[in-house]
Amino acid sequence: MANVDTTISIPRAKYSIAHLHHQPRRHYGRWLAASLIILALVLIVKAFAQGQIAWPVVAQFFTAPAILSGLWNTILMTICAMALGLFLGVVFAIMIMSPNPVLKYVAVFYIWFFRGTPLLLQLLLWFNLALIFPTLGIPGVFEMRTVDLMTPFMATLLGLGINQGAYTAEVVRAGILSVDNGQIEAAKVIGMTRLTMLRRIILPQAMRVIIPPVGNEVISMVKLTSVASVIGYAEILRNAQSVYYANNRVMELLIVSAIWYLVVVTILSIGQHLLEKHYAKSQGRREAKRAATAQAEGA
Amino acid sequence: MSSMVVAVDLKKFFGDFQALDNVSFEIEHGEVLCIIGPSGSGKSTLLRCINQLERIDSGAIWIDDELIGFRQDGDKLYQLNDAEIARQRLSSGMVFQRFNLFAHMTVLENIIEGPVIVQKRAKTAVIPEAMALLEKVGLTDKKDSYPSELSGGQQQRIAIARALAMKPKLMLFDEPTSALDPELVSDVLSVMRDLAKSGMTMVVVTHELGFAREVANRVVFMDRGKIVESGTPQEILSSPKEKRTQDFIAAVLA
Repeated sequence: MANVDTTISIPRAKYSIAHLHHQPRRHYGRWLAASLIILALVLIVKAFAQGQIAWPVVAQFFTAPAILSGLWNTILMTICAMALGLFLGVVFAIMIMSPNPVLKYVAVFYIWFFRGTPLLLQLLLWFNLALIFPTLGIPGVFEMRTVDLMTPFMATLLGLGINQGAYTAEVVRAGILSVDNGQIEAAKVIGMTRLTMLRRIILPQAMRVIIPPVGNEVISMVKLTSVASVIGYAEILRNAQSVYYANNRVMELLIVSAIWYLVVVTILSIGQHLLEKHYAKSQGRREAKRAATAQAEGA
Repeated sequence: MSSMVVAVDLKKFFGDFQALDNVSFEIEHGEVLCIIGPSGSGKSTLLRCINQLERIDSGAIWIDDELIGFRQDGDKLYQLNDAEIARQRLSSGMVFQRFNLFAHMTVLENIIEGPVIVQKRAKTAVIPEAMALLEKVGLTDKKDSYPSELSGGQQQRIAIARALAMKPKLMLFDEPTSALDPELVSDVLSVMRDLAKSGMTMVVVTHELGFAREVANRVVFMDRGKIVESGTPQEILSSPKEKRTQDFIAAVLA
């Protein structure tokens, strides 16, 4: 194409525009959409700024003892319920994969029941357990009144933890299934018993598959704990409600709780992002190194 | 009985398919036995029955005079429990076609896992032994690598070192070179050759007829769940008596 003039008979004049400046296409639609959205945002912010919200009250209650203790209870419950959920998830995942049909179908039933009924209903069931079992314990050895045992904390812990266990069981099962059968045979031939194998080989490898979804579920759990306000567990939303029943600052206190949920979830999201990056990186590095080794050996 | 392994009348079914059909054999101390045969002939199943990765449906196996997998009581054989089977597996080491190194552990961690966790030996005593084994398979510089960073040939040599770290009485090899690129086969075979020279009792399921000819004391040809023919490498590989053996060897060498 270098010697266009001599080989092609089309008039040279046609190509004389090649030196002209390129002008990018104008995205009028994008500009319009962005303007409309910004306008809407401005109106919303203006509405909130001029609305009947006493921002000083938000600031005042942001670090009020009732709110902070509620926040602590929310975090405590997230940790406890998640720990119980993970423990039950592992136990039921192992049961559902058991060759023993009784264990297997008990686990199937557990997952079916707790995934099939609303969490709020489960919380109410636990909290009102005293209506069907006035006392709990082993007759003659140890007994106590159900109402004393089933405090809002216990009812919430059981409700959230057992419900979470049903979901985590499926995640753990997927993780265990992702472990290659060859790894299990290799563990058997070096004389590992089933429990050692689970602890040393299967669960560590299943973690790669289990951790990302469990990270998501921790974040969901932070927000799920707010359901416990219904049965009187003193988490942040419940405490915010108690305050606004007294002072009538409903919106201000709801905003305070919303900001705290956002703070906690943002911190957890950053943690989850780092965790996933860590897994992705170690995986990628190994693969890159393997490719290099294979090439070196082939050469 | 003074043999390392004695197997009598083994039968194994997978559903309706009979993988082993009345198989009996003996393996002497220090013997290298190669098992050859077409795929589906039952040779891998036979190997996996020796260390109880498969449970035999009838018959009995002894390793060093110990009945394996069962306890005799009167006229019945009772199946052993998980812990007892795990203990009996320690007498044999196994090398798989697909290596099966523990993916989440480094090379050194793979080798010391069994001695430290299963045999409960002190790490300080096990690590020098593991390094000596790595030296033997020529991979000391890879001790901190992960399996996924290694080639197939390197992984298989580590797998052999891992099995040897348990100090087994006999070594079982299930097609150890079948998953390797051709140029990586010789490194693995040379490690196995050295092991045979050191007097280790070995059972090798293989398609490497050259290796069988050179290293084996005895070659067994299996087909359709039965041992068709067994003898010295010369007898089986060069002048087989049975038609099926002749056909198989001709097909492999073709």
